[in-house]
Amino acid sequence: MPVAFDEMSGVDGQIRPAYQQLSAWLSEVRPDVLDYRRREAELLFRRIGITFAVYGEADAQERLIPFDVIPRILSGPEWRTLQRGLEQRVKAINAYIKDIYGKRECMRAGVVPEDLVFQNPAFRPEMNGQKVPHDIYVHIAGIDVVRVDADTFYVLEDNARTPSGVSYMLENREIMLRLFPELFSRHRVAPVENYPDELLATLQSVAPNGAPTEPNAVLLTPGVFNSAYYEHSFLADKIGIELVEGRDLFVKGEMVYMRTTQGPKRVDVIYRRIDDDFLDPLAFRPDSALGVPGLMAAYQAGNVTLANAVGTGVADDKAVYSYMPDIVKFFLGEEPILKNVPTWRCREEEHLTYVLDNIEQLVVKEVHGSGGYGMLIGPTSDKATINVFRSKLKATPKNFIAQPTLALSTCPTYVDAGVAPRHVDLRPFVLTGRDKIRIVPGGLTRVAMKAGSLVVNSSQGGGTKDTWVLDG
Amino acid sequence: MLSRTADNLYWLARYVERAEYLARILEATQRLTSLPIAYIRESNEWESAVATAGCAHAFFEIYDEANEENVTDFLAFSTANPSSIRSCFEVARTNARAVRTALTVEMWDAINGTWLELKRYGNGPTSREELSRFLRWVQESSLRFDGSAYRTMLRNDAYWFTRLGVYLERADNTARILDVKYHLLLPAQEQIGGPLDYFQWAAILRSVSALTSYHWVYRESLKPWHVADLLILKDEMPRSLASCYENVVRYLDDIAVAYGRQGPSQRLARGIRTRLQNAKMEDIFQNGLHEFIQEFIADNNRIGGTISQQYLA
Repeated sequence: MPVAFDEMSGVDGQIRPAYQQLSAWLSEVRPDVLDYRRREAELLFRRIGITFAVYGEADAQERLIPFDVIPRILSGPEWRTLQRGLEQRVKAINAYIKDIYGKRECMRAGVVPEDLVFQNPAFRPEMNGQKVPHDIYVHIAGIDVVRVDADTFYVLEDNARTPSGVSYMLENREIMLRLFPELFSRHRVAPVENYPDELLATLQSVAPNGAPTEPNAVLLTPGVFNSAYYEHSFLADKIGIELVEGRDLFVKGEMVYMRTTQGPKRVDVIYRRIDDDFLDPLAFRPDSALGVPGLMAAYQAGNVTLANAVGTGVADDKAVYSYMPDIVKFFLGEEPILKNVPTWRCREEEHLTYVLDNIEQLVVKEVHGSGGYGMLIGPTSDKATINVFRSKLKATPKNFIAQPTLALSTCPTYVDAGVAPRHVDLRPFVLTGRDKIRIVPGGLTRVAMKAGSLVVNSSQGGGTKDTWVLDG
Repeated sequence: MLSRTADNLYWLARYVERAEYLARILEATQRLTSLPIAYIRESNEWESAVATAGCAHAFFEIYDEANEENVTDFLAFSTANPSSIRSCFEVARTNARAVRTALTVEMWDAINGTWLELKRYGNGPTSREELSRFLRWVQESSLRFDGSAYRTMLRNDAYWFTRLGVYLERADNTARILDVKYHLLLPAQEQIGGPLDYFQWAAILRSVSALTSYHWVYRESLKPWHVADLLILKDEMPRSLASCYENVVRYLDDIAVAYGRQGPSQRLARGIRTRLQNAKMEDIFQNGLHEFIQEFIADNNRIGGTISQQYLA
């Protein structure tokens, strides 16, 4: 594997400008201070109840995500490039979904193969020809970005369904402000705390035509057993909207209402954190009790906005990902600002052959997998595992893509052995409203706490860091 | 507000109040049974504790004998008992988590902290001292939660539904204590009683933190009809049925004013309060204390149901 680019010390050990202050501070600070603060942070997280659930782990129903006390820093210019790239990407995703469920020009022009769309399990025929309020599909996107050198950011994944993690972005900052005021005083860190306001403005801006001037927006959660429940309640609280479960809502005359102590109240916008499958037992899975019977009918009648729209998953699987640069060019007529990781589509024969021949050097991913499950990291896997993947690839090649093993950038991270470089990625959150696109400066940096590991997912033991964007 | 939120808040408050009540019963029972044998009646105080907690039936489905170990385990730690102290705190915390957005930081902190600390006690204390400490801790936790709600909540429907939970549960608890001990409270000429009862009455009063209040109000030694009077009719006694209903009516009225509409629960609550206001101790004893309390418990349940129908469904 190539040597990783370190965000603080580059490749040649020269401290990069954005990290000058942090580096100086790290050389002054006593290790026991870092240790003490880390424990304090953990206590705070536990106390506030910032936990997540790992499915299938009985004793770990509520687990803490490890928090690293050393921030990850992006310079102003770096951020501005990222921001432009993110806006462009999300605009293209929106245009793409609108086209898929509408005129289908991109398929006719051969930009994206038809079967990729129609055989995609996230494709919703119910959305064909369906108009959504203000033509916005992906109101909240989480775009995973990795960095490989001083100038290059790659998009690793587009999350266009119900991306989570934004509560960690906000809480990480709160805790850093509490624990390291002196470090903040040495920097000018752009604030992220207005995210809930921006989210509310976004949600209200996309209410259906005819909704009241202050539309009633709610956040729909599957409930306390969902792994992201903390985030749901946290966001509803910060935004000041009701956190509802399916049983709190009902549909009458194609209008959605919530049950309140004062009787039914009309709902205009639903920020739903439930997957399509569970939204409405009448339209999708009949065995699900999480959703609201009749919701799709109200949606199709144009009486309620769902954020994100139904069927957005058609844009965020890993096979579609590989076409994203073409999608950007096709819909916006622009060169993509953010690059894609080079990707081999195993559905194409030459690509498959290449992948099978070079599997030891590649990362192989399931097209619909998430959370770091169902993937093979060639260079660190044993022969047996590789052989298992070989036969899987031959059996159902189109379920897989492959990418080179990226040298993800590293960031100084406080681990048991002291401060050491660990691989990171970044998930900024992009809000698309009727009026504009909003992105607060920063995002969620995830960090692989194990030396050399590239897996940053929280369900696989990854941690998080506060992400600083410097002003100016 | 969402009906489910109101419902959760209401039950959250009820469960925290109930946990405290169970701790009080256990403390009072522990105290009674530690008297020298000559001072104790034939009756089994541990059995009485289970009856007071209103779960004798469930208890004897699991255990053969009501002794200290079994009763303490059942009322305080058993996961098989949905109304044990542990279960109460767990349900309270689950409810709290479901309505975090309606709680103040202090309330969440109180209930979540309690839940985290609860784990330290494992399957229960190993000694009497530890049990005593545990029971004090339960009462302090409840006090802290209640105090946080009182000090930090906005005075709106969320607060009012929380208070309704507290007062309906408290009224139920006081009524149950009276009902189980009613034979002790019969007038003196009924031939039950004697010097030994003193400790029983003291225990009743202590279980609702009213021993000192008793002396302030009556300035005499313990008399059963005074005890009944204090716990049923005295407005100034915060756990009396009368006082609980002052509050139930008040908070239901606050809700009705805010919503611009009143309904069956307001009317029912006012009826119960009026009956308590007009009642005289002599009449209650004449017509049967047990019957009076039974009727009250039924009324109290009915109003719980009516509130649920009117607001929480």
